[in-house]
Amino acid sequence: MASMASSVRSWLDERFHLEDLKALAQKKTVPLHRYSYWYFLGGMTLFLFGVQVITGVLLLLYYRPGADEAFESVQLIMTQVQFGWLIRSIHSWSANLLVFMAFAHLFSVLFLKSYRKPRELTWVSGVFLLFLMLGFGFSGYLLPWNTLSYFATKVGTEIPAQIPIVGRPILLFLRGGEEITGSTLTRMFGLHIAILPAIATFLIVLHLGMIQWFGMSVPPGIEADWGATPNRRREIRFFPNFVLRELMAWYVALGLLGALAALFPWTLGVKADLFAPAPAGIKPEWYFLFMFQTLKLIPAKILGLDGEVLGIIAFGLVGAIALLLPFLDRGNSSSSRRWVAGMACLFLGYMVAMTVYGWVAK
Amino acid sequence: MHSASSATAAATERQGLARRRFVNLLLGTGLLASAASFLYPILRYLVPPKLPDLGSDAVLAAKVSEMKPNTAKTFRFGSRPGLLVETAPGEYHAMSATCTHLGCTVQYRSDLHEIWCACHNGMYDLNGRNVSGPPPRPLEVFDVQVRGEDIFVRRRQEA
Repeated sequence: MASMASSVRSWLDERFHLEDLKALAQKKTVPLHRYSYWYFLGGMTLFLFGVQVITGVLLLLYYRPGADEAFESVQLIMTQVQFGWLIRSIHSWSANLLVFMAFAHLFSVLFLKSYRKPRELTWVSGVFLLFLMLGFGFSGYLLPWNTLSYFATKVGTEIPAQIPIVGRPILLFLRGGEEITGSTLTRMFGLHIAILPAIATFLIVLHLGMIQWFGMSVPPGIEADWGATPNRRREIRFFPNFVLRELMAWYVALGLLGALAALFPWTLGVKADLFAPAPAGIKPEWYFLFMFQTLKLIPAKILGLDGEVLGIIAFGLVGAIALLLPFLDRGNSSSSRRWVAGMACLFLGYMVAMTVYGWVAK
Repeated sequence: MHSASSATAAATERQGLARRRFVNLLLGTGLLASAASFLYPILRYLVPPKLPDLGSDAVLAAKVSEMKPNTAKTFRFGSRPGLLVETAPGEYHAMSATCTHLGCTVQYRSDLHEIWCACHNGMYDLNGRNVSGPPPRPLEVFDVQVRGEDIFVRRRQEA
């Protein structure tokens, strides 16, 4: 048995030079310092994405897109298919945790200043991935074709329609027509299971490739300290030390997902009725809540301009700043560092406050 | 522990190894069990649920007025096709339209007065018996009841 395994390994090694790969894996290290815990968030996000891929493919076995069939097929998954409720609930829970982890990862990278030279493009690809995850959340939300998802998509596609000139074409493109119909469902389905996954795969490979290329970033404070007293530098091997720790975290996460799905299974709601009034207290998913609440609070007119449009432009601006942050913050001084951290804190505080406000507001 | 402290260094090492093996065994079993508990729901999920056969044991196959002698009509029997034949003398025969060979849908040949499967040239007579070609078994035959204008087909009750 052992000799067979070793002969297979040597056969493969002869062709693919696995020894080089092994050497590479052994060379890779992860810096060890008091912020090392934050290095786990990216891997956790990746793991949850993997869970999404697996459960998503499983859901595809029974899900049928189409206004007449979508709700019924999800109903079938929830009630007839063995463990269908579990698979769907894990998909929903994991989606929510994934968005949360992606945000947490973004802010940790921001506060540890890992986006600075030479990792600018790693940051940019990461922000794109976050936008993509929000796109996954939005497009996936319509698929069960229930009342909530119907109105969420209606409002969500109405928002970009407020942008002057390009707004209307965007709305038509997203909806596949004037209204939310079966055509919208087909589009969101295609987006959710083909287009977004394709882009996400590309970006994830790019993102991970760049992380591999540049190695792990060390926060400026620690780096300065290590520069001054080199014997304080601590590192652990990526393989197996870091990988095993990360695997442990993934294992716990999987258990947590299972527990959440079993204790709080996702509900199905009521089938979308295109002519029924919107139910009272309707809200988007929590990760869109801060934008939703802002748009609700903005007055209709500000200095003669449409309040809604101003709000959308402001969020667009924040997105653009987030995307281009490494190019905007090029100073390596501690004052610029404090300035960026302050702004990020402010925005994070705003997000949290608005989310809580939106959560409790009637 | 006190016995280990009194033992020789080699014995301590041996015991350490045994303890390590025990811990590894415990960990490995735990991991295997949890992997099985993750995989089991997925495997069960892959098995499609048994859905109730659409329709009952009896279906309305056709109206008397739409049938002509020496013709046939394919009708839905649950989720599968059935074949209703009116012979030249005006008798009704009903049977499953799924060929027993490889599952194609069979048809009535008015020129041969037989039931024919186009896929591999299988032949059945009007009582569903496989008379030539590859079909291994006869077609399932249904009972026909004419009630007024309606022709009902029902699955034969097993005696």
